[in-house]
Amino acid sequence: MKLLITGGKILDPSQGLEKIADLLIEDGRIAEIGNDLSSQGAAVFAASGLLVAPGFIDLHVHLREPGEEYKETIATGLQAAVAGGFTSVCSMPNTTPVNDNASITRYILDQARQANLANVFPVGAITRGSLGEELAEMAEMKAAGAVAVSDDGKPVMNAQVMRHAMEYARDHDLVVADHCQDNCLAACGVMHEGKYSTLLGLKGMSGAAEDSHVARDIMLAELTGARAHIMHISTARAVELVRDAKRRGLPVTCEVTPHHLALTDAEVLGFDANTKMNPPLRSEEDRLALIEACADGTIDAIATDHAPHHADEKMLEFDRAPFGVIGLETALGACFKVLVESGAVSVMRLVEMLTVGAARVFALPRGTLQKGAIADLTIFNPDAVWTVDPVKFKSKSRNTPFANWTLRGKVIATFVAGREVYRAEE
Amino acid sequence: MTKFTRKDLLGIRELSVEEINTILDTAHSFKEVSARSIKKVPTLRGKTVINFFFEASTRTRTSFEIAGKRLSADTINISASTSSVTKGETLIDTARNLEAMAPDVIVIRHSSPGVPHQLARLIDSSVVNAGDGAHEHPSQALLDAYTIRERKGRIAGLQIAIIGDITHSRVARSNVHLLTKLGAHVRVAGPRTLLPPRFAEIVEDGEGSLTVCAKVEDAILDADVVMMLRIQHERMSAAYFPSLKEYSIRYGLTLERFALASQEAIVMHPGPVNRGVEISSDVVDNARSLILDQVTNGVAVRMAILFLLMQSRGLGEG
Repeated sequence: MKLLITGGKILDPSQGLEKIADLLIEDGRIAEIGNDLSSQGAAVFAASGLLVAPGFIDLHVHLREPGEEYKETIATGLQAAVAGGFTSVCSMPNTTPVNDNASITRYILDQARQANLANVFPVGAITRGSLGEELAEMAEMKAAGAVAVSDDGKPVMNAQVMRHAMEYARDHDLVVADHCQDNCLAACGVMHEGKYSTLLGLKGMSGAAEDSHVARDIMLAELTGARAHIMHISTARAVELVRDAKRRGLPVTCEVTPHHLALTDAEVLGFDANTKMNPPLRSEEDRLALIEACADGTIDAIATDHAPHHADEKMLEFDRAPFGVIGLETALGACFKVLVESGAVSVMRLVEMLTVGAARVFALPRGTLQKGAIADLTIFNPDAVWTVDPVKFKSKSRNTPFANWTLRGKVIATFVAGREVYRAEE
Repeated sequence: MTKFTRKDLLGIRELSVEEINTILDTAHSFKEVSARSIKKVPTLRGKTVINFFFEASTRTRTSFEIAGKRLSADTINISASTSSVTKGETLIDTARNLEAMAPDVIVIRHSSPGVPHQLARLIDSSVVNAGDGAHEHPSQALLDAYTIRERKGRIAGLQIAIIGDITHSRVARSNVHLLTKLGAHVRVAGPRTLLPPRFAEIVEDGEGSLTVCAKVEDAILDADVVMMLRIQHERMSAAYFPSLKEYSIRYGLTLERFALASQEAIVMHPGPVNRGVEISSDVVDNARSLILDQVTNGVAVRMAILFLLMQSRGLGEG
């Protein structure tokens, strides 16, 4: 089985490659990148005018299966993934039941195999039931295929439990990914605490609730030597803390979502529950600090925190509606618009955060077009401008804050191990 | 008189000075109806007003009910706990059920900010916000402004103190919007635990000004109006302040503190009053206390609101 992708601009941050060339795939792996490669015996994909990048990797996705299949299934979530150019997604463990043991991990991987679209790398829970008390069977989950541990959605509030989790995870070479938020200080808030929460009379979560928890996790990483990953970082101060930790050589990484890069708490003014997520949309000052952190390398990865919810749930009162928005199908367009079109970062840097930068965080064997690598590819048109129509989403849910936005950068085709899994409609 | 063309009355923030004055002037013309021996005009005969209260309320609900009845509208009260929602009924179902009863106006109170706004987008009836969480309470602010204007002859240029739990107060927010739009200088004060962050920034336009004071005394000094807010007992359990006793000593309006205000200063309170907590009994019963005038004027202001909304829908229809 051979596939030749001709005339595209190859963009591979893992080897600093940015040139127009042909790319040959053989038996699902990258065989060669070069000029005028022979198409003999190969299917041909003409990619002139398009960018050819390693398949995008999303460290933070809620596939909702098992347990909440009315919001999303692994199959529909993966359809959304490949439509958004993601060839690998890391599934969060807050399913029902929680992915806190190897049998759930295996179930998720079985469903992913049946869906046969993007790769799924499950993230196991840190604690049993994500209750923050007893450690989950991390090593068993890792043996079954888990790549990291997290109690996402439920910050590990007890610092001693977190310390033990980090020490134990270190023994088993697992990254501990934390949803950083001091829940006492967040005080049941439903949006960012600031001018707009005051104006709207909605309960606010202060930036300090995130900052203090990030500082704690950095100190615990220093204490234990474990690798700590700060999920969906959202404040200027938290970014500073991570920047400083990295400068000191600590094994700390962080990710940012497209919605925190694109939107602020001013969006909540219309009481649309599709502007409600956790961490909440922050201030403009925070948003600009996140963009700067993308440019200077403090941020390792773009992660969507794709969080499907049924329309009925988002039709509730703002303070009762669930947190979260979907993001797989708008990530490239939103990031391209906010980061690249604005001139803040290069296309190369954006692709780095979507590919090798993410792969390094959880040590995933993906994110590169080096010879011999598994041929996961995303081909996209950086000039295509399109309007978000939630009805057209492959995801089962429609809860996006980007409805009717005009975005730039459109996925044209997605390949997993050399096999075409998505092709945009003409 | 400027025409009032809104479908809904959701908050003060979005109203223009002209719209506010139109409501206040209309209220003035309705006030004498309540002084007649037959307290009824036929203006809204055949119209239906539903008072839909998801939160306990006696005064506001009764006031809207009386306002509707004095205009000859048919008024229906529905007291719902938020249980219909916890049972799984979404706002859109609630809205459709209400709409199916073909009311002309829905007056809604809810503990969640934004519910009147969400409903207003979903239904054709006019929606009046009778209090949405800590967000807005426009009819209260309008009756407060009416009461001030009636006594002081103006609002522009007045120094107005609002004291107490600002964080949880929709009355404070609506009043700040309204009074600064009309040119008053508003000062707020209270325990720092009950002053929301960046409160001074919520006013974006208007002739007046908004100042957050560090001390209650600073806010009251030379004020023309002192507006006290109700303190909720349950705030103690969330560690906002140590005790009602300490609150009343440090932040309550006593005759001594009231003496700091201007000589003709008036005192107001949206009710219900906790005597001896945020305000002492001798201030409540003072000749310069307008707390009962506020209640009286509430009916006239709500008559004006119902009338103007119905007028903008076209009174002649059906």
